[in-house]
Amino acid sequence: MRHLMSPMDFSVEELDRLLSLAIDIEQNPKKFAHACDGKKLATCFYEPSTRTRLSFEAAMLNLGGSVLGFSSADSSSAAKGESVSDTIRVISCYADICAMRHPKEGAPLVASLKSTIPVINAGDGGHQHPTQTLTDLLTIRSLKGHLGDLTIGLCGDLKFGRTVHSLIHALIRYPNIRFVLISPEELRVPSYIREDVLDKNHIPYREVERLEDAMADLDILYMTRVQKERFFNEEDYVRMKDFYILDKAKMTLAKKDMLVLHPLPRVNEISVEVDDDPRAAYFKQAQYGVYVRMALILTLLEVEVC
Amino acid sequence: MLNVGAISEGYVLDHIQAGTSLQLYHDLKLDEGDYCVAIIRNARSNKMGKKDILKVECDPGTLDLDVLGFIDHNITVNIIKGEKIVEKKILKLPAEIKNVIKCKNPRCITSVEQELDQIFVLTDPEHEVYRCKYCEEKYKGHKRVR
Repeated sequence: MRHLMSPMDFSVEELDRLLSLAIDIEQNPKKFAHACDGKKLATCFYEPSTRTRLSFEAAMLNLGGSVLGFSSADSSSAAKGESVSDTIRVISCYADICAMRHPKEGAPLVASLKSTIPVINAGDGGHQHPTQTLTDLLTIRSLKGHLGDLTIGLCGDLKFGRTVHSLIHALIRYPNIRFVLISPEELRVPSYIREDVLDKNHIPYREVERLEDAMADLDILYMTRVQKERFFNEEDYVRMKDFYILDKAKMTLAKKDMLVLHPLPRVNEISVEVDDDPRAAYFKQAQYGVYVRMALILTLLEVEVC
Repeated sequence: MLNVGAISEGYVLDHIQAGTSLQLYHDLKLDEGDYCVAIIRNARSNKMGKKDILKVECDPGTLDLDVLGFIDHNITVNIIKGEKIVEKKILKLPAEIKNVIKCKNPRCITSVEQELDQIFVLTDPEHEVYRCKYCEEKYKGHKRVR
């Protein structure tokens, strides 16, 4: 039995198979419509989430399965003081697979150690959010046709943004990847990512502060939100939140086939006027999130569809 | 020259960094057992200038050498039987240590579920980096469980 805690749990070959399965699902949805008949997904969300939870639920429903679960710690036994280990032992009796989000880092791993069903980490604090990374990889592979030989601009909060860190880890396994790290000084990528990941693996990258200085080089622009909850004082947040706003004028500097991605939700870092640009791929990205979660559920449940 | 009598069975831990033997005494939980222990501090050493030595009279197999390897893998471990050194153990960094150090990350699951074992995994042997098994926080300083 396998779990998914980090995007690095899969080898490049396993990821290729998973993404190919997701593309097959996108192209032949009917073939998979009953693949999980009679199977149940438990969504154990100890903190609020709309898109991730609904994306998991849509994925299981698309496969013919059903879903059960809770969407906040208040509505679970955690409010009574039950441990994650005990909760998962009980959930294992009710469902075939579990997607867990928890504000504490490592909680899904604790669950996986006691579980008798596959556990998917659906986000644990600022630590990992592997299905977002799988979504990003599928979006890039589907819309670009490949995952190597790309210049990727990562823009915004590169210090606290777990999606950015996971994506860097996942992409450096492909050939000829280059990064442009676009952030204000205060929100630069942490030194351990620069030194232990980029430098150590000889990945070319440059750091810039102005989005305009990077646009022309990029194949992918990955925008992120400056997260209010990461700041200790309001003043710093207010100063940072509008640092980057992608608008039509900046898009004129970009390549014709550049893609704009965003893990969503956005606040105002992408102007709504960009939404109609054919290069804006962030809503398609949300759709790919469902396909990749369907592929993941099938893979972890070891369901073969001929 | 200080003379400390030989032990018939147990350990002589040599080449301990000077001044750290008392901490090591606690780390090895020697204060929790009924052991005969000699702590020698600031002994002369050709190799180190000054060193500490611990002599512990006990059954060989009593000490957790993984803990010792984590704390200082340069310590020489002599196993004594019949007042003679019968084995010299070479310490290495353990792949995993349990309940020796505590994760300081306030966002880690171990900060709220206190019955969980505190497990750290050696992720970079070259730089001797240990990370929390749960949240992957790097271990940076000493904070003993007890």
